[in-house]
Amino acid sequence: MNTVSTTHVAAPVRRWQAATEESAWVRRSLIGVALIFLALFLMLPLAVVLYGAFEQGLAVWLAAIVEPDAAAAIRLTLLVVLIAVPVNLIFGLAAAWAVAKFEFPGKSILVTLIDMPFAISPVVVGLMFVILLGNHGPLGQWLIEHGYRVIFSVPGIVLVIVFGTMPFVARELIPLMQEQGSEEEESSLTLGASGWRTFWHVTLPNVKWGVIYGVILCNARAMGEFGAVAVVSGRIRGETNTVPLHIEVLYNEYQFTAAFAVASLLAALAVVTIVVKSLIEWRDEQRRLAAVEGEQ
Amino acid sequence: MAFRFRQHSVLPGFGLTLGFTVFYLSLLLLLPVAALLFYTLQMPWVDFWATVSHPQVVESYKLSFGASLIGALINLVFGALVAWVLVRYEFPGRRVVDALVDLPFAMPTAVAGIALVTLYASTGWIGQYIDAFGVRIAYTQLGVIVALTYIGLPFVVRTVQPVLRDMAPELEEASAIMGASRFTTLRRVVLPTLLPALLTGFAMAFARAVGEYGSVVFISGNIPYTTEITPLLIVAKAEQYDYRGAAAIGTVMLVAAFALLLMINALQWWSTRRHTQR
Amino acid sequence: MSIEIDNVSRRFGDFAAVDNVSLSLPQGELTALLGPSGSGKTTLLRIIAGLERPDHGTVKFHGEDTTDVHVSDRGVGFVFQHYALFKHMTVFENVAYGLKVKPRRVRPNQAEIHRRVKKLLELVQLDWTAHRYPSQLSGGQRQRIALARALAVEPKVLLLDEPFGALDAKVRAELRRWLRRLHDEIHVTSVFVTHDQEEALEVSDRVVVMNHGRVEQEGSPREVYDHPANPFVYGFLGQVNLFRGRVSGGWAEIGGVRLPAPEHRDVSDAGAVAYIRPHDIELVEEEITGEGVIRAVVETVSIAGAVLRVELRHGLGDDLLHVEVPRDQPVAQTLQAGQVVYARPKQSRVFLQ
Repeated sequence: MNTVSTTHVAAPVRRWQAATEESAWVRRSLIGVALIFLALFLMLPLAVVLYGAFEQGLAVWLAAIVEPDAAAAIRLTLLVVLIAVPVNLIFGLAAAWAVAKFEFPGKSILVTLIDMPFAISPVVVGLMFVILLGNHGPLGQWLIEHGYRVIFSVPGIVLVIVFGTMPFVARELIPLMQEQGSEEEESSLTLGASGWRTFWHVTLPNVKWGVIYGVILCNARAMGEFGAVAVVSGRIRGETNTVPLHIEVLYNEYQFTAAFAVASLLAALAVVTIVVKSLIEWRDEQRRLAAVEGEQ
Repeated sequence: MAFRFRQHSVLPGFGLTLGFTVFYLSLLLLLPVAALLFYTLQMPWVDFWATVSHPQVVESYKLSFGASLIGALINLVFGALVAWVLVRYEFPGRRVVDALVDLPFAMPTAVAGIALVTLYASTGWIGQYIDAFGVRIAYTQLGVIVALTYIGLPFVVRTVQPVLRDMAPELEEASAIMGASRFTTLRRVVLPTLLPALLTGFAMAFARAVGEYGSVVFISGNIPYTTEITPLLIVAKAEQYDYRGAAAIGTVMLVAAFALLLMINALQWWSTRRHTQR
Repeated sequence: MSIEIDNVSRRFGDFAAVDNVSLSLPQGELTALLGPSGSGKTTLLRIIAGLERPDHGTVKFHGEDTTDVHVSDRGVGFVFQHYALFKHMTVFENVAYGLKVKPRRVRPNQAEIHRRVKKLLELVQLDWTAHRYPSQLSGGQRQRIALARALAVEPKVLLLDEPFGALDAKVRAELRRWLRRLHDEIHVTSVFVTHDQEEALEVSDRVVVMNHGRVEQEGSPREVYDHPANPFVYGFLGQVNLFRGRVSGGWAEIGGVRLPAPEHRDVSDAGAVAYIRPHDIELVEEEITGEGVIRAVVETVSIAGAVLRVELRHGLGDDLLHVEVPRDQPVAQTLQAGQVVYARPKQSRVFLQ
C-alpha cells in the first residue's frame, strides 16, 4: 500500500471539526428551522387557545365554565372517565400479565388486536357501536325492546370511549413487564407468597410508573374523545354532550370565547399529561445514570 | 426441558388474565367490528358499490388519502429534522421542546381543531400573513393538510429518536475516515440506518391522519367535492340516518385501517430486526 | 509515512486523558500503544486519526503538520473495536465504500473498484463473503472485513483501536498472528491500541507503554520486557513478585535476604522495591544458603502448559511468591503442597522508592 493518495495531505487547512459534527452555521440553521416548524405547529395552537380563553378576563372565562350546559358536560365527561379508566386499567394489567409473563401460540395476534383501536377511525368506532346496539341488529333490538337505551345515551358514550382508550395501559405495561422478566415473581413465589401477594408487592411496584403514565394518557384521551362520541351521543345538550362536543356546539354558535374557555380546560389537561410524562422519563433517566455510575 | 417448562409456569394467573383479555377484546373489539362487517354484507353488492364509488365519496377518498400522504411526507422530513436536532444538538429549552412534541397526542382533537382554524383563518395570527400572498389555508384543502400534519407530528420524531440515540458514533467516524464528506456520510450511512424507523413513523402518521375527524372538521369547511374528508361523510350519513351508506364507507375505511396496521407491524418487525443485528 | 507527535495534550474536564506526549513512530513499523484502561492510549490514537482534537501540541505525518487537517482528508485507515461495519451494506459494498465516496475526478471506475475490492478480500482470505451482510459473519470475520475496508483507501497510516478486544481468546490469538503476517506483507505504518501485554509483545515492532496519559517507556518488545524503565512498566508487562526493603551500597536488603542492585551503588539506606519475574526464580529442594535465597513452603501447584505455576508462602511478607518452573526440570516432578523449598532469584530489578 504505497503512493497514490499523497494529494490528501495538501488539502486546505480548515478549522478543526469532529467527524460526527456539522459546522456551526449548519447546526444553527437546522435548529432554527426545527424550532420555527415546532413553533408554528405546537406552540401557537396552544397559545391561541389560552389567549382566546382569557382574552376577555377571568370572570368571563369562569362564567363560561360554570354555565349549566358546560357544567353538565364536565360532569358527564368526569363520569365517563371514572368508568372508562378503571375498566381499561384492569384490562391493561390483565393483558400485560398474560402477554409479558407467558408464552403461548397466537400471542402476536393478540398484541396486534390490542393495538387495533388506535388504527380504526373514531367515527368508524362510533358507527360500529350504533350498528351493534342501535335498532339495526338482533342485539340492539333486544336492548330496545327491554327498555335499555344505549345509543344516543350515556352507556353508548362510555362504550366508545372505553373502546378508544383500550390500548393505553396495556401498551405502556407490556414492554415494561417483558423487560423486567419473571425472576422476581418466581423468587417471591418460592418464598411462599401467594399469587395475589406477589402481584401487589413485587410486580406492581416495579411497573408503578408505567401504570401511572398509562392511566394519565388513557385519561387524557378519554376526556378528549370526539369523533366516536359525536356519532353515538346524539348531541342532546345538557344530557349527552361531553366537553369536546360542548366545545363544538359553542364554536358553531360563534361563542368563541366560551368555546376557548372550555377548551382551555382540556388543553391544560394535555399539558399536565406531557409534564407528567416528562417527569417520569426524567426520573428513569436519572436512575439509569445512577445505575451506570454504580457499575463503574 | 420439563424442568424449564415448569419453571416458566410457576407464575399463576395465566388462565384468568388471558381469559379476561380475550373475553374483553371479543366483546368490545371483535363484536362491534363483526357487526359492522355483517351489516355491510347484508347490502346488495350493487348498492354497496354505488355508495362507495359515488363521485362525492371518491373525491373524499382522494382528499383523505392525498392530504394524509402530504401531511405524512411533511412529517417525514420535519420529523427527521426535529429528531436529529433534539438528539444531536444542545440548545436552551431543548427539554421543553422535546416534551412539547407529544402535545398533538395529548391534545383533544376538537381543541386542536378550533385552535388551528383560529390561527390559519384569514384574520388569524398566521393566516393574515399568508392571506397577504393570496393563499388561503382555512376552509381549503391546504387547511386539511395543516390539520393532518399537526396530528401526525409526534410519530416520526418518536420512532426516529431512540434509533438515532442508540446509533454508534463509530459508523459516522468510519465513514468520515474513509474520506466521505459530512453530507455523504449522512446520505449513505445515517439515512439508511434510520430508514426503517422513518418509514414506520411515516406509516403511523399516515394511518392516524386517514381516520382523523375532530381536528379537521373545523378548519376544512366541509364543502362537498372539495374539502370533505371521508370520516366526515360517514358522520353526515349517520346523522341523516343513512346507516347503510355510512356502514359501506365505514367498511372501506376499516379495511384500509387493517391494511395499514399490518404494514406498520411488518415495518416494525423489520426495524427491530435490523436494529438488533450487530 | 512516519508519524511525529509533539507535546500533545488532551483534557476531558478535570481528567488529563493525554498529558504532554511526544512520540516518533517510524515509517513502516507496527507500533503497539499499551496501557491499562484510562491510560489515554485510545485518545492518543483518535488524536492521530483526527477524530479527537488535541488541546496542545501537533501531529505531523512525514513532517507535515496535520493537526488541523479534517479526518476525511488525512488518509488514515481506522479499525474500530466493534468493527463499525455498515449493516445495510454487503461486505463488498462495505469494502468499496471508501473508493466510491472519493471525489469524481479521483474515483476509480467500476471495474477498477471491483478489482481492488476483490484483491483486498483475497488478502483477508474472505473473498467468498462478498455478497453477504455483516450480520451473517462471525466476529473474527467481521474484524478482517473491517481491516480490508480500512485498507481500501490505501492509507498512509493504519490505526487499530483494540482490534481484537471483542473477540474470544482463540480467535484473538489466531487473528493477531495473522495481523503480524499481513503487516509484513503490506508494510504500512500501523499503530494499534491494546491493554493486553502479551498481544503487544507478540505482534508489534515497537511498544509504547502508557499510564495516566503519559508515556512510561517505548522500545522494542524485548527492550521493554527485559529492561523496564520503571516499576509501572515492570508490573504491567507480565506477572511479577515485589518485595519492599532498603537499598545500600549496591545491595537491596529485604528481611534477611540480599539482592544485588549494582545500579544503586551510590545510594545509602533508601527505601526500595525489588521486582522478580516468576520465571526468574529457581526452586531447589535441598537446603542451600546464599545471599538471595528465600526459604518457602509450597502452597499450590498448577499446570499451565509447559510450566508449573507454584505459589509459595515465605517469611518476607504476606504476599505469596509466584514461581514458574519448566516442567522438564527434575524439581517439577516432585513438587507438592506443604513441601519446604528454597527459592533463588536468578535475576531481579530494584527500584528506589
